[in-house]
Amino acid sequence: MSDFGSMVFVFVLATFIGLGVIRRVSRLLYTPLMSLTNAISAIAVVGSIVVTGADHPLTIRILGAVALFASMTNIVSGFMITDRMLKMFKKQ
Amino acid sequence: MHLVGELSAVLATALFIFALYWMNDPKTARRGVIAGVVGMTVAVLATWIQPEIIHHAWIVGAIALGFVVGVPLSRVPLTAVPQRTALSHAFGGLAAGLVGTAEYFLWRGGSATAEMTHFRMSALAAEVILGFLTFTGSLMAAGKLQEVRWIPQRPVTYPGQNFVNIGVLAIAVGLGVAVAVHPGAPWAQQAFLVIAALALIFGVLLIIPIGGADMPTVISILNAYAGLSAVAMGFVLDSKLLVTAGALDGSSGLILSIIMCRAMNRSFTNVLFGAFGKAQPALAAGEQKEWKQETVEGAAQLLEQARNVVIIPGYGMAVAQAQHKVRELYDALTKRGIIVKFAIHPVAGRMPGHMNVLLAEANIPYSALVEMDEINPEMPQTDVALVLGANDVVNPAARYNKGTPIYGMPIIDADKAKTVLAVKRSKKPGFAGIDNELYVQDNTWMLFGDAKAVLSDLVKQFGSGGIH
Repeated sequence: MSDFGSMVFVFVLATFIGLGVIRRVSRLLYTPLMSLTNAISAIAVVGSIVVTGADHPLTIRILGAVALFASMTNIVSGFMITDRMLKMFKKQ
Repeated sequence: MHLVGELSAVLATALFIFALYWMNDPKTARRGVIAGVVGMTVAVLATWIQPEIIHHAWIVGAIALGFVVGVPLSRVPLTAVPQRTALSHAFGGLAAGLVGTAEYFLWRGGSATAEMTHFRMSALAAEVILGFLTFTGSLMAAGKLQEVRWIPQRPVTYPGQNFVNIGVLAIAVGLGVAVAVHPGAPWAQQAFLVIAALALIFGVLLIIPIGGADMPTVISILNAYAGLSAVAMGFVLDSKLLVTAGALDGSSGLILSIIMCRAMNRSFTNVLFGAFGKAQPALAAGEQKEWKQETVEGAAQLLEQARNVVIIPGYGMAVAQAQHKVRELYDALTKRGIIVKFAIHPVAGRMPGHMNVLLAEANIPYSALVEMDEINPEMPQTDVALVLGANDVVNPAARYNKGTPIYGMPIIDADKAKTVLAVKRSKKPGFAGIDNELYVQDNTWMLFGDAKAVLSDLVKQFGSGGIH
């Protein structure tokens, strides 16, 4: 169990990395960027898997399953539509 | 087993950062998708093989359902991408809200492993508030973008609106603080449910007063909220991977929001609480100038005689699905040796980058897509500026007329071109409800009609020789 200090530490550093990396993203690609970051933030799926799959009461697992479905939808549609859009960008 | 989890989290984090890094160039961007998919797969598998996961059928079922819904959602027409994006923010918020709710009741039920510290409880409250307000807010935004009948397109405002909105949020946050201080109090369970309900209501209230022209900013802000709700979930679940991925998403949403706000010369609070696009008092009603209409034949001639043409697309092009006709015109003109460029305003369309994606879909090379700041110095040397369903982003009144809501907004200097051709669906003002002075300028000629129909007539004028 890591303490709250180290979690906030990770958050601050990750935000700085995010700002640095996103600032360099091509202005042409803002729409695919949004669908890509959306798919990545669906990493919430790991939380949903634990809530759904562990030995919890039924109502809890139902909440987890809905969350898992929502995250999975974002992962699948997010990555697929990002790739679909990126394929269209051609220099000539 | 613990080591596997830690290592896979580090690997997934690195891959996610690379995925975003590769987005800096269209040439490497598709690599980013592969990195993202690999990172996600690693993270999911590492979680799934943990020994406490026993209900595998449930997981398989939910994942399968995710594919059933997700695959068609990834195949929507590109004009519907803003709605799809809003919907995915809604799903992200919903997942965070539901997992947060589940975690709280697990702890209340005594079956949670982790201790409920004040920090964890605060994160849980933040997760539920951010998650649920993003859920309903994004659903509303998606409904407005999809033009669902029972969701009003125009901003809905009423007296005391900001007071009500801020009040609802303040009560939710206040209860959140109370629950964080006394997580185990007998009333905390009810308070928790009230927080969730208020967050759901606040999401709806927040989006009701927002109109179409503000959608690029609002979608970016909701993007940031969705990311932050994932961060809060990471704090609750003690997952550095979640915190990092959420922070990447959140910072992306933040940067895009800032870019969109700057491109409209407005602040966050002004977008969220300013109710842009309210009916505007008639300005300078005395000096009504008339527009001059041009025939398609005349417009084709103007274009043919030009040496360079700048096309300025806007939401009207997306609505009319005119991007493929634009491509035909582009081909016809470039075959005649005319230099054609596209001037892209950051807030043209309904989400960041919307125009670029539509034009890329029509196979227009991205080297022809030029940002506002780069094209503006070239505008005075431009023979013809063709305004295609864009309105507020080319309105010269933004430069000097303090009475308009778009005052101070950077615009594409279409009015400085030698000749302006403006394609417009109807004679009504644009979304912001403002008269556009560009249309009544001496060197402006109007072409009224659906962008696709006008372009198709225009292309016909160039004969079969120019088009394949």
